[in-house]
Amino acid sequence: MKLDSKVPSGPLEQKWQKHQFEMKLVNPANKRKYSAIVVGTGLAGASAAASLAELGYEVKAFCFQDSSRRAHSISAQGGINAAKNYQNDGDSVYRLFYDTIKGGDFRSREANTYRLAEVSNNIIDQCAAQGVPFAREYGGTLANRSFGGAQVSRTFYARGQTGQQLLLGAYSALMRQVGLGKVKMYPRTEMQDVVLIDGHAKGIVVRDMVTGEISSHAADAVVLATGGYGRVFYLSTMGLGCNVTAAYRAYKKGALFANPCFTQIHPTCIPHTGDYQCKLTLMSESLRNDGRIWVPGAKDEQRAPGQIPENERDYYLERKYPSFGNLAPRDISSRSAKEACDDGRGIGPSRYGVYLDFSDAINRLGKDVIKERYGNLFEMYELINDENPYEVPMRIYPASHYTMGGLWVDYNLMSNIPGLHVIGEANFSDHGANRLGASALMQGLADGYFVLPYTIGDYFVREGAKNISTDRPEFREAEEAVTMRIKKLLDVGGKQTPDSFHKRLGQIMWEKAGMARNEKGLKEALQEIPALREEFWNDVNVLGSADEMNMNVERAARVADFLEFAEIFCLDALDREESCGAHFREEYQTEEGEAVRNDKKYAYVAAWEHKGVGQKPELHKEDLQFESVQLATRSYK
Amino acid sequence: MNFKLHVWRQKNAAAKGRMEQYEARDINGDMSFLEMLDVVNEDLVEKGIDPIHFDHDCREGICGACSLVINGLPHGGMTGTTCEVRMRLFKDGSTIYIEPFRAKAFPVIKDLTVDRTSIDRVMQAGGFVSTHTGAATDANAILIPKDKAEEAMDAAACIGCGACVAACKNASGMLFVAAKVSQLALLPQGQAERERRVNKMVAQMDIEGFGNCTNYFECEAVCPKDISVKFIAKMNREYMRALVK
Repeated sequence: MKLDSKVPSGPLEQKWQKHQFEMKLVNPANKRKYSAIVVGTGLAGASAAASLAELGYEVKAFCFQDSSRRAHSISAQGGINAAKNYQNDGDSVYRLFYDTIKGGDFRSREANTYRLAEVSNNIIDQCAAQGVPFAREYGGTLANRSFGGAQVSRTFYARGQTGQQLLLGAYSALMRQVGLGKVKMYPRTEMQDVVLIDGHAKGIVVRDMVTGEISSHAADAVVLATGGYGRVFYLSTMGLGCNVTAAYRAYKKGALFANPCFTQIHPTCIPHTGDYQCKLTLMSESLRNDGRIWVPGAKDEQRAPGQIPENERDYYLERKYPSFGNLAPRDISSRSAKEACDDGRGIGPSRYGVYLDFSDAINRLGKDVIKERYGNLFEMYELINDENPYEVPMRIYPASHYTMGGLWVDYNLMSNIPGLHVIGEANFSDHGANRLGASALMQGLADGYFVLPYTIGDYFVREGAKNISTDRPEFREAEEAVTMRIKKLLDVGGKQTPDSFHKRLGQIMWEKAGMARNEKGLKEALQEIPALREEFWNDVNVLGSADEMNMNVERAARVADFLEFAEIFCLDALDREESCGAHFREEYQTEEGEAVRNDKKYAYVAAWEHKGVGQKPELHKEDLQFESVQLATRSYK
Repeated sequence: MNFKLHVWRQKNAAAKGRMEQYEARDINGDMSFLEMLDVVNEDLVEKGIDPIHFDHDCREGICGACSLVINGLPHGGMTGTTCEVRMRLFKDGSTIYIEPFRAKAFPVIKDLTVDRTSIDRVMQAGGFVSTHTGAATDANAILIPKDKAEEAMDAAACIGCGACVAACKNASGMLFVAAKVSQLALLPQGQAERERRVNKMVAQMDIEGFGNCTNYFECEAVCPKDISVKFIAKMNREYMRALVK
């Protein structure tokens, strides 16, 4: 299979404009003849569904939550980047593009990343027009902050709830279209399969999560906006409903899965405390602006943090990265925490934690200033841990947070299956091997508001309106396969709960394919995962029936997909014999422990093609061409 | 810690529900309320009993999915949402009553899961600014004084959980609706549709079967995001203003 990225020719700065002109337009009178299915209604899905309906297309939108307002985009705290240069500090579209591609360790597609930076400004305008209450200066202009170690202030925010406010903006646009009858909304409905007709994605099969009914929906194109797969680690900062199912089932129908091993681990989460936990809470990265990270200098330290004198502490980030210090990028900070804990110097009950200490900042600035900056976060921490961070250092540890990998898409955000578009976190294209802070919201909305609505029209015109009926045999077959699969889960009649398998899978993935990977561990994981999968299909206990609201069925079906997906994740990590961005292979590091990238051999997108469960998928490579940027070594020393 | 739980069980919307008793054993004080229920559920599944269904997702107090009435109060009447409530706040050995949000506009689907799509329909009636993608001017072309932006944000912080409705003896949705009406009435972007919006949202609120406000302020007391009842007063003024315009 030849992967054609369909990146337009010409100078980087002109590609998108040129492409917009060259794409075909749908006559306004004909737009209502075309229909689209949008699966997932987070930032990408809600903005896409609303924008497509505004253009005049007929849209059906699906989400598994009880309302589209609850998608996991809502949890994003920090902010959204844009190259407005409102602060006059030297920002530009090119600088945002360059920071993003460098942050991604040169493993993203240059033209896509540039376009992302290019449309970033439109997003802020759009959201402001919707009434998103961004933070303001006294003069009434928008406020910005510097975020995630960026050297310019380009992050727009709405208190610590930026994701919520942007999602509610997109949700309000979507609700307006639902009210106008241009979008039909299906909440509590989970996609089970993509249906292909003559090789094109023309519909989906869904399960009504209230009645259990399996049904089909047809359209001229299918858009997946189904988020990331971070819960493959079981413990993550993601919402508990987040899953890989929609993307994975599309993969089983022939869509390529790109760079699955590129997953981001966020350095500042509340540590794991017990087996009962199913979720790790993120503490905003902004805390690193004033908190100092340290561990005891000696192993197995038993003293309370306040009793450990200054000279017996190791401020390891400040020591190793003097210029960036506690603000070192996410992957570096996370890995350093793991190293310290693996070395026996971790803190807290599990010994997998490090201190984030505000005492110096409180002495320097006063408690009031710290309270003004982080008051709500400190309260949240105290609520969860029953410790007062004004007096005792916070305990933090990294956790799975975002997935850069996803279904392969071309410049038009279409997968290798014609008609199947993939947007937001569910695709792979813009962040390379590592995502910068405040860029996830930007990408979700860029895809949904300003890219897909253009590119999907071109596909519509080329293919023509098909008005496909769900009576076709392709739909019947897919429905039958879905029904059989659920029946198979219910029929196992074993002893162990779906969650217990998910937990065990998570342990394998976290230990062997988490923050640092090596050949031996990955090969072990590739033995253990199929064994666990077999055990699952022999001993899982799925109670109840298929024709009712049944959380057992929902969870078991998602875990079954994770148990297959985890294998391509590990294969991808094994194949990539280099360290880049969030992918750290222990074999490929300098003596000082820095990542060693191999541009000669691995400057490609690894796109995997399904060949059957348990069979090795076939690797297809899209070579990454860099026309505008020089590949440089990322250094934060 | 150990607890005795009385939980509302209801097979589906049509079935008759009842309180069932369960034991929650070896609970750690650091667990969230929902983690405690997870532990109980794992135990129930192992015994072959259908687990207790409840809505939840983010588990950090922002998505608004979780919705339990704990000992008679939505979200337990404590700081934040049900998923943020920690078990150390309960007395060891105590009995805990767990029920769904109850309101005409929130019919029970199963156990503790309720249908809150009425909230979406109120939003569909007018909870938006009618602007289409691409039509926006530069964001800094609309100047908004900081205090106005902050006040709009106070209202916009609503997570749409519906605790205000569940706490109100009239099952009124006024706090939720007022938060959206106020957010957009405070901002210049919302002015063009200011009267139309309040009229349509209030009308839809009535159609959905939400009750009216009689100033008991139970809503504000249980709101996990501290949305102020002053916004209800503001909505009433907006409504009056729209009537005379």
